[in-house]
Amino acid sequence: MKLKQLFQLYDQILKQAHRSEIARELRDEEDLFFLLLYSDMLGIPNPAFYYTLELYPHMLERFHEWHTRMGMDKSPLSGFRCC
Amino acid sequence: MNAILLALIGMFIFFLGYRYYSKFVAERIYRLDPNFVTPANEFNDGVDFVPTNKWVLWGHHFTSVAGAAPIVGPAIAIYWGWLPAFVWVVLGTVFAAGVHDFGALALSVRHKGQSVGTLADKIIGQRAKILFLFIILILVLMVNAVFAWVISNLFIRFPASVLSVFIQIPLAIWIGYLVYRKKGGMLFPSLAALATMYIAAVTASRIPALQLDLPRYFGGEETIVAFGLNGVAFSFFVWITILMIYVYIASTLPVWKLLQPRDYINSHQLVVGLAILYLGLFFSNPAITAPATNSAATDMPWIPILFITIACGAISGFHGLVASGTSSKQLNREPEARLVGYGGAVGEGLLALASIIAVATLFGSQGDFLGAYDSFAAANAGGLGNFVQGAGELATGLLIPADIATTIVAVIVVSFAATTLDTSVRLMRYIIAELGKEYNVMPLTKTHVATTIAVVASAALVLLPEGPQGFGSGGYVLWPLFGTSNQLLAAITLLLITLWLKRQGRNYFVALVPMIFLLVMTLYAMARQILLEWSGFGGSDLNILLFGLGAVIFVFAFWILIEAIVAFGKRKPTLPKDKAM
Repeated sequence: MKLKQLFQLYDQILKQAHRSEIARELRDEEDLFFLLLYSDMLGIPNPAFYYTLELYPHMLERFHEWHTRMGMDKSPLSGFRCC
Repeated sequence: MNAILLALIGMFIFFLGYRYYSKFVAERIYRLDPNFVTPANEFNDGVDFVPTNKWVLWGHHFTSVAGAAPIVGPAIAIYWGWLPAFVWVVLGTVFAAGVHDFGALALSVRHKGQSVGTLADKIIGQRAKILFLFIILILVLMVNAVFAWVISNLFIRFPASVLSVFIQIPLAIWIGYLVYRKKGGMLFPSLAALATMYIAAVTASRIPALQLDLPRYFGGEETIVAFGLNGVAFSFFVWITILMIYVYIASTLPVWKLLQPRDYINSHQLVVGLAILYLGLFFSNPAITAPATNSAATDMPWIPILFITIACGAISGFHGLVASGTSSKQLNREPEARLVGYGGAVGEGLLALASIIAVATLFGSQGDFLGAYDSFAAANAGGLGNFVQGAGELATGLLIPADIATTIVAVIVVSFAATTLDTSVRLMRYIIAELGKEYNVMPLTKTHVATTIAVVASAALVLLPEGPQGFGSGGYVLWPLFGTSNQLLAAITLLLITLWLKRQGRNYFVALVPMIFLLVMTLYAMARQILLEWSGFGGSDLNILLFGLGAVIFVFAFWILIEAIVAFGKRKPTLPKDKAM
């Protein structure tokens, strides 16, 4: 094993302890970001919706991941046609 | 006897245990299947369920379970001589801890990565789950109280360590900022932080002005400072108060801000600590001066008290929480459970073995040992300090001056204890919130309410017992209660493993025998402590706090025994048979 790989392994071991908790916090932040971008689709007015809509193609896959994680097999929003 | 020989014998038995016994358990008893789809692969969500490299998982499991507890217990238990402690650590690790940690992991992997608490509900019933929650609550309460006392005691006994420990907090916050705001790596800044801490330790060892020696500032035992407390008692009070304020803040902050970078630095310290102990041992080649068995230890019988004095290091229920709580959700292939679970227990056994050797080689002669360990109370109060000094002496084999090495070891042990304290307060907060949900008391589910209850209850518990130096210095009397609650938790996990194996029609004696041993020793120890030490009868002093806590733990232990008998006699299976065999 190379020295660099050894360092990476060691780094991973030490980061492992709080990995899940931080991943969960990041995921919650991303969900909130999603809500801020597309709140208009839920009936919450969003003055920047015209611009945030441009991100739609980039967010499609992430939205699919979100609704399946929430236990919904199909997209709950008609605006998002991911599946 | 030569200390190196003792270490080699211990390591050789651990090796045999891992090589042969764990292989037998893995293949014949738990029957690990390389084709079984583990929860990490079945439910991979990138957060909780993530297939992880087996060495990363072993390292994580080991660093999570290895703390100050496997050091403190053996350093106290050497009171009966090094031989009983050595035999219990070695055989306990091979036949009890290994099977327990490995079994908790295997059981959880076979049940969708569910935790031991949830499995207790499924396998035994709702009563068992509530019992389980209360035992964990008592355990974490004990951990908070005991470790707050341990840290305060080390600060008072080794004031040169204070500066390094407090420097670590801003350094950790800086690393957290660097990593999560500036997108940097954590390895090199954390090594720089560690170096800074050790430079501070070296400097403080040599410059008395940098040592925060509270008892000296407050005038020592002769001066009454406030509330009728002398200088030492008041120092305990001040340190415990500061620690409680610190854990409140640390356990409510987001983990990336302080806890993760601090734990990261502390994991380096585990490596440094083990290296100092074992390399120092092999280079200095000290003789064991402690007696193999101490015939002068007559005020406390080693059976059953040894088995509750050394919990972590021989067997610990806390490991089952880690194994079934996080490790089981990250195991990539089922056969890797052997390395992670059994290997993690062996790692902890090595730490306990190092603790025995450090204390057994510290004293110049057997007379010195008998002077320091002249009563069980003296062993409880001074055990950890003796370990720190013993480890400092071993480090002289690496050409590190003893005073500097002692300070560095004190910093390492305080860091371990602080990590345990942080985690434990956080865990207690979650349990209080869960109990609040269970009994529909919604205020308990609020972060600050739950944390306040956790911190105030822990502070009250550590400050109440009277020690030789008065108010606040008696936290060590809680150690046997901590050991007992930890063993009870392990007994519940072993009971679950036994029932699971019975349902699969396999040989369940590997789990049943350690479970019965633990329950018998725990019941015997608690009955003895309650009646002969704390009840006020037969010449003993009445101690209402210890009597009450001991009685609660005794009832829980008895309850588990009844649940075990009922669950064992049930004809109707409570668990479906595993599909992949």
